[in-house]
Amino acid sequence: MNVAAGPVIPNFGSGSSCEVNNGWFCTDWVRQHWGDTLQPALFQHIELAAIAIGIGFAIAFLLALVGFRFRLIDPPIGIVSDFLYTIPSLALFQILVPFTGISLLTVEIALVSYTLLILYRNMIEGLRAVPADVIDAARGSGFTRFQTFTRVELPLALPAILTGLRVATVSTISIATIAPFVIAKGLGQPIYAALSEDVFKTEIFMAGGMVIALALIADGIIVVVQRSLTPWVRA
Amino acid sequence: MKTFVDAFKFIADNPHLLLSKTGEHLELSGAALGIALVLALPLGLWLGHLHRGLFLAASVSNVGRALPSLVLIAFGLTIFGIGFWNNTAALVVLAIPPILTNAYFAIDTCDRDVVDAARGMGMTGLQVLMRVELPLGLPFVLAGIRVASIFVIATATIAAVAGGGGLGQIIVNQASFGLSGVVAASLCVSALAFAAAGILTLVRKAASPSHDSLT
Repeated sequence: MNVAAGPVIPNFGSGSSCEVNNGWFCTDWVRQHWGDTLQPALFQHIELAAIAIGIGFAIAFLLALVGFRFRLIDPPIGIVSDFLYTIPSLALFQILVPFTGISLLTVEIALVSYTLLILYRNMIEGLRAVPADVIDAARGSGFTRFQTFTRVELPLALPAILTGLRVATVSTISIATIAPFVIAKGLGQPIYAALSEDVFKTEIFMAGGMVIALALIADGIIVVVQRSLTPWVRA
Repeated sequence: MKTFVDAFKFIADNPHLLLSKTGEHLELSGAALGIALVLALPLGLWLGHLHRGLFLAASVSNVGRALPSLVLIAFGLTIFGIGFWNNTAALVVLAIPPILTNAYFAIDTCDRDVVDAARGMGMTGLQVLMRVELPLGLPFVLAGIRVASIFVIATATIAAVAGGGGLGQIIVNQASFGLSGVVAASLCVSALAFAAAGILTLVRKAASPSHDSLT
């Protein structure tokens, strides 16, 4: 069976009996469409999430550096974060479209803004939780301010920062599912295709399962990294 | 900026539409939150009281975050078909993790000395839970409910994809309502979520007036 590019439409005419009857899970459909639908969608999904998390992490880190030194900018960020979480992601995508068009940029701006707040909160709280005694001790033993930050404060804040990264990664992978509202990318795409095609169950279960599996695997990887980077913390 | 001015015009021009959609939105989110509370709250409190099920409480919140709302609603569609219940079921699954996890940790981390003192005075397990642990852990329990309600109200929007009602119907239908309608509806969603969060903050303050003066 040869299907053109774009959303895969289950061929009710010539598919297996499972596909024709829209059975609970048709393994033959998955085998046939892994290459043309599922695998590309999976890679796009990873790309969407990775870009958002990378940029989000960089911006959040810079913001946290500033917020750590100047506490004044903290309350406004808190208010913005509360407000942003009440905006449905679906609406945020559409509000951005007039400014940034139907593009990857629109999706990434929305995804980055959701990660920013989680990451920023955790970084700032991790840095602030470093005991003053420890910092005094470092300064007392002749560390410069920069050395104190990179060798004492940052490592001690690492568990909190990585916990934030876990939450941000898992939620970004999850929110990226609605990217197809703007651009036809990611694992949300086969899910939409299946919803519009008489709720084709196999595709929904397979693509949906893949999103969840991806999120859990990413979570697991960060946990492993966390254990190796911060062996003094018991998870 | 013009978009937002237009959005307020849309609100002024279509109060009835927005009001009825907001009503549907509340009905959907309220039903989901109510069911999630009945299921998750007693379980979380009881497990916390027994100091058991740490693994369950911790993994429920991790797995919960990994479940995309769209995927849940699509799963719900295959099982329940189009209607009120598939969306409600999906939202219930989303609301359970924060409620369960916070309830568990609120009770689990209560001061052991206070609990021992209560037991020593002859309170039964249920009395300890209801009169000592729950009042002490209440702020944290309510914080979980607050997170869950913001989550559910914002996510109920996606229900429109699966034939559900509510403000999402306007948000996913830019073709008919225009961008101003989309922004107006999403402002209503934000207002609803803020109102729910505000009410829960007030409940917390009313229920434990000493909390703020202590901290």
